[in-house]
Amino acid sequence: MTQTVKNTILFAIIALMIIYTGFAQSWNSALLIIAMGLISSIMALGVNLQWGFAGLFNVGVMGFVALGGLAAVLVSMPPTEGAWSTGGFAILGALALGATTVVAAVMLMKRMAAGTLRTLSVIAVLVIGFFIFRALLDPAVQAVEAINPAQTGYLGGLGLPVLISWPVGGLFAAGAAWLIGKTALGLRSDYLAIATLGIAEIIIAVLKNEDWMSRGVKNVIGLPRPVPYEIDLQNNPAFVERAAGLGFDPVDASTLWVKLLYIALFAAVLIVLLWMSQRALHSPWGRMLRAIRDNEVAAEAMGKDVTARHLQVFILGSAICGIAGAMMTTMDSQLTPGTYQPLRFTFLIWVMVIVGGSGNNFGAILGGFLIWFLWVQVEPMGLWLMNLITAGMSEGSALKAHLIESAAHMRLLTMGIVLLLVLRFSPRGLIPER
Amino acid sequence: MDLLNAFIALSNYVLIPGIAYGSQLALGALGVTLVYGILRFSNFAHGDTMAMGTMATILMTWLFQSMGLSLGVLPTALLALPFGIAFTMLLVLGTDKVVYKFYREQKAKPVILVIVSLGVTFIYNGITRFIIGADDQNFLDGQRFIMSARDFKEMTGLREGLAFKTTQGITIVTAIIVVALLFWFLNKTRAGKSMRAYSDNEDLALLSGINPERVVMITWMIVAALATIAGTLYGLDKSFKPFTYFQLLLPIFAAAIVGGLGSPVGAIAGGFVIAFSEVTITYAWKKVLGYVMPEGLQPDGLVQLMSTDYKFAVSFVILLIVLLIKPTGLFKGKSV
Repeated sequence: MTQTVKNTILFAIIALMIIYTGFAQSWNSALLIIAMGLISSIMALGVNLQWGFAGLFNVGVMGFVALGGLAAVLVSMPPTEGAWSTGGFAILGALALGATTVVAAVMLMKRMAAGTLRTLSVIAVLVIGFFIFRALLDPAVQAVEAINPAQTGYLGGLGLPVLISWPVGGLFAAGAAWLIGKTALGLRSDYLAIATLGIAEIIIAVLKNEDWMSRGVKNVIGLPRPVPYEIDLQNNPAFVERAAGLGFDPVDASTLWVKLLYIALFAAVLIVLLWMSQRALHSPWGRMLRAIRDNEVAAEAMGKDVTARHLQVFILGSAICGIAGAMMTTMDSQLTPGTYQPLRFTFLIWVMVIVGGSGNNFGAILGGFLIWFLWVQVEPMGLWLMNLITAGMSEGSALKAHLIESAAHMRLLTMGIVLLLVLRFSPRGLIPER
Repeated sequence: MDLLNAFIALSNYVLIPGIAYGSQLALGALGVTLVYGILRFSNFAHGDTMAMGTMATILMTWLFQSMGLSLGVLPTALLALPFGIAFTMLLVLGTDKVVYKFYREQKAKPVILVIVSLGVTFIYNGITRFIIGADDQNFLDGQRFIMSARDFKEMTGLREGLAFKTTQGITIVTAIIVVALLFWFLNKTRAGKSMRAYSDNEDLALLSGINPERVVMITWMIVAALATIAGTLYGLDKSFKPFTYFQLLLPIFAAAIVGGLGSPVGAIAGGFVIAFSEVTITYAWKKVLGYVMPEGLQPDGLVQLMSTDYKFAVSFVILLIVLLIKPTGLFKGKSV
């Protein structure tokens, strides 16, 4: 059996599982699995670029995804009335000043000769800059947050079409990745892991607390959509007629149609990114990356700039995660910083890449669909299992209640076990690198 | 100007909590640094090992409480701690046998072991949530304060109170005892010396007849004890919630790296550096400055440099600065 046949069969199995979900549960949930599977595949492509191509261990996927979500809000929401004039420009000014302070400190660090004088002046610049920054920022933030806090209380976005936010999300993530890569790459591989873990937590903390930017834990809801609203479709006689012609009632037809449109958009992005990743993989650049991954010392001896290539691929991979994050927030039409958990947005993507086959783009996509499907279905399966185990126990016993309640935590356990089993017995994944 | 009251306020809100938190971080960072020195990988499962150990201790505490056993003024958890340690030792030794040993024998790259430890993290986390749930658990009993703020005020007649919680006292005393024991073990006993030899130069240690599996076993047992103690102390002092222990990874790793990965002294120093930076940067200095500054110059605002929600950012920024300026850490760890 050739590799192509095997891969086709693997993808066909996933398609069958999703179709089965459509018949057994509902077509709505089947389409939702496909849409989220597409987004997960894109995230997996990004991580695969970093890990599979270059061997970089990024545990901050969550942070880059969240930055993409932030981009969706900042680009697409209408600007809040009066927020810019009361405090918006002051906030921007304060942020610019903060950035200037850091740059000035870095410049001093580079220009002055090492010694006590340099240390003192760098500290002085940072401390003075920080206090001026806070003095400018705090009143502006208060002014912005005071504007109708129940509904807005933030700057709002630019009011541009939400699709623009997808590349912008990629840019945001790339910026954060540049910052991390500059400091942690070129050191031990573990340091990158810890640095990315940290930046992810911090990005989430910023999203939760900076209310002027994205309302924090009060969430931004009702983001504009790139596709029509269900209610408009249901009120559109032409659509209702066409749905009736196919034997659907208008409510079902409208939800399914909206999901299909999203799927088409996501699939288009995935295909473009996949094509680019494949080209990258088979280009001299891709071969160079794999050479570096397999033997850093030898590659360096051949004159390759290892740290620069690592930085490049780290930024690219993170940008892809940012794009996926913006797409996900677009589909949810809301940004809820409280729901970003490292388990769901970092660890799960890693399981996808490793199970699918690290170093192979098709593997990442397969893993994205397969693991997302499992993720969605493990909870009902766990509940079913727990009901089966506890069937013999007396009604109302504390243990029974506890076991059934704990079924929700089965996901963590299952994914951990899946990862360890694949790493141990099939470290190359379902579709191995060629 | 009232320097005495300023000092009392400073001790109450910054020094004592900082020392207690620093001791907890130091114990955690010691565990990370030992695994790094001997097994040569960054153990991401350390936070959840702490959670598992604490969970075992909590369950034993509840059992003792239901049996009516207690230590009087001290928390019952101290009585349950040895059982928690024993459970955690079995747990990590079992994990090592089932999971890590395979990769060690294959001489896998450290980054593979890091990914594996991430898998272990989530299994531990899942089990912890499965058994005890994801919510806050309270298992503190006994007397709450060694000295309460009101007693202190009555005793001294000062305006500021100084509270000293039992848990803080226990944390500091336990940390001193544990660290003293650990350093005695590493420097004076045969097993400890073989551990250090193995950490310094694996090949040379093997040539001199040191059994690597024994070294690894002893290391895991010490790490399990350190993790359980650190986790229980943190849980007593603050509260036990599985997810917080995962988040503790960041300050713990920051502490270990700031001190120099692989260096036990560095881990302790790093723990206090991180703890004090977190506490001082997120503390609202209004009260202390109010006493220190001359009349009229007292601050209006809270003088809080950053809100407490950004405490992770503090450890992270310190980590970045150390990585940029001195990647081997303050005490010359082995990593480059």
